[in-house]
Amino acid sequence: MHSNVGSKNKLSYRIFAFVILIILTVLFSFPLYWIITGSLKDAATINSAKPEWFPTSPTLDNYVRLFKNPALKWLFNSVLISVAAMALTCISASMAGYVLAKKRFYGRAFLFSLLVCAMALPKQVILTPLLKEMAFLNLHDNLWAVILPTVGWPFGVFLIKQFSETIPTEMLEAARIDGAGEFRTFTSVVLPIIKPGVGALAIFTFITSWNDYFLQLIMLNSKAISPSPWVLLSCNPR
Amino acid sequence: MAARNRFSGMSRAPVRRETVSAYLFLLPALIFFVGFVIVPMVMCLFTSFFDYTMTDFTFVGFGNYVEMFKDPVFVKSLKNTAVLVVVAVPAVTAFSLWVASVIYPMRPSLRSFFRCIFYLPVVTGTVAVTVVWKWMFNQYTGLFNHLLKSASLIDKNISWLGNENTALWCILLILFTTSIGQPIVLYVAALGNVDNSLVEAAEVDGANKLQTFWRIKWPSIMPTTLYILIITTINTFQCFALIQLLTSGGPNYSTSTVMYYIYYEAFKLYRYGYGNAMGVILAIIIALFSALQFKLAGTGKAD
Repeated sequence: MHSNVGSKNKLSYRIFAFVILIILTVLFSFPLYWIITGSLKDAATINSAKPEWFPTSPTLDNYVRLFKNPALKWLFNSVLISVAAMALTCISASMAGYVLAKKRFYGRAFLFSLLVCAMALPKQVILTPLLKEMAFLNLHDNLWAVILPTVGWPFGVFLIKQFSETIPTEMLEAARIDGAGEFRTFTSVVLPIIKPGVGALAIFTFITSWNDYFLQLIMLNSKAISPSPWVLLSCNPR
Repeated sequence: MAARNRFSGMSRAPVRRETVSAYLFLLPALIFFVGFVIVPMVMCLFTSFFDYTMTDFTFVGFGNYVEMFKDPVFVKSLKNTAVLVVVAVPAVTAFSLWVASVIYPMRPSLRSFFRCIFYLPVVTGTVAVTVVWKWMFNQYTGLFNHLLKSASLIDKNISWLGNENTALWCILLILFTTSIGQPIVLYVAALGNVDNSLVEAAEVDGANKLQTFWRIKWPSIMPTTLYILIITTINTFQCFALIQLLTSGGPNYSTSTVMYYIYYEAFKLYRYGYGNAMGVILAIIIALFSALQFKLAGTGKAD
């Protein structure tokens, strides 16, 4: 769009791009700024028709009120859910993904296409049956009801499979010749190679699970075990 | 038979032996996958043929599916979902590519800065960001009305989320800001992986910037584009939290999406069978969309 035109046009394009970037920066960072400054304002200031751009009389009242509630408990629930989902996903997905990429076994093609197909489907669609299943397993209103479905989601297996394709087969053979068992090969040859992939998966799973508002809304009822995004909502006047 | 062909060059004994160890490695993932994805999926399909409520469980064949397409709210939700997908997916993909190509040649520090900014809504958390947006759109205390009034562009407060004509567009704007972060980060990474010698060779041969982009960079970032298209499509189809938090599908169902309507029927009216039938239809639509995108991206690559 801006190639073989004069340098004047090129300059105006760059100015245009820069202005757009500035506008976007404001738009994207404003919610976070407002959350932080808003936490230091009293209720009247927040709800006034004239916004106060910078808190003129900051107060810590909100934080005092927050910690009168079991806020740390809510935060802990969120952390517990996300960390458990992250750890279980990373362990099961790295084992499965490695095997799918590097082993030849019966049913491999079928299994892989099943995983990919399942991944394309919206996971919220299965929430109703999932709720029934959790009730059947006596896990309704239990943190595990939020953790287990997150771990079952096949995205992690798919991601690690893609990463594991890069493992040189010679290295696996060398390990076998040196007398390493299957599990030993996995822990000391495979894991170091796919570490970046596992790291990416860990971050991704943590964020997804932390933000999985829909799942938490449906699976958890009692406030005592609620994770933080869910409680946040109950503070929000509807 | 197919298996033996594929494993040609290997004797059958190692394949059989590997099968046992392979399934041991797969076992943990398979337990979770079958238990919490496959089983509910089958249950979803099965119960969609039943009139399934708190008290009732009778077989109705395709009754739920027939009812669905006669249900004006479902048709409206389907239309809203289509609007969201048709506007948001191309907008997010094109815009994130543009932003990525603008910030990619910048100094590393500046590049990191912008990457962080665009990732902020992702890490701040959907619920927290949505609560702030809800305030910004508020009719009486909201920021937008305040700004527009100060600039005397309007003289009466606009009820952004309470108006059938504006509510869906407000949701689109928020959806846009919350879904653009990941594509930008992915595109910046993909642009970094483009083979520089190819770009230089093209420039030596006298290709202009636009030609270099379409002929060299675009094909090599195609896998990323495909991934972004599919992920954005799936996320947009599933747009739920925003709607539930901002408008609850109102006013007059003007912001109801299929996903929201499923939630409404299944968890507010307890019509599980009907909700599951809509879930099946949504799944089929998404699968068709993904297949179409694979196909289109595939032909683009062959070109």
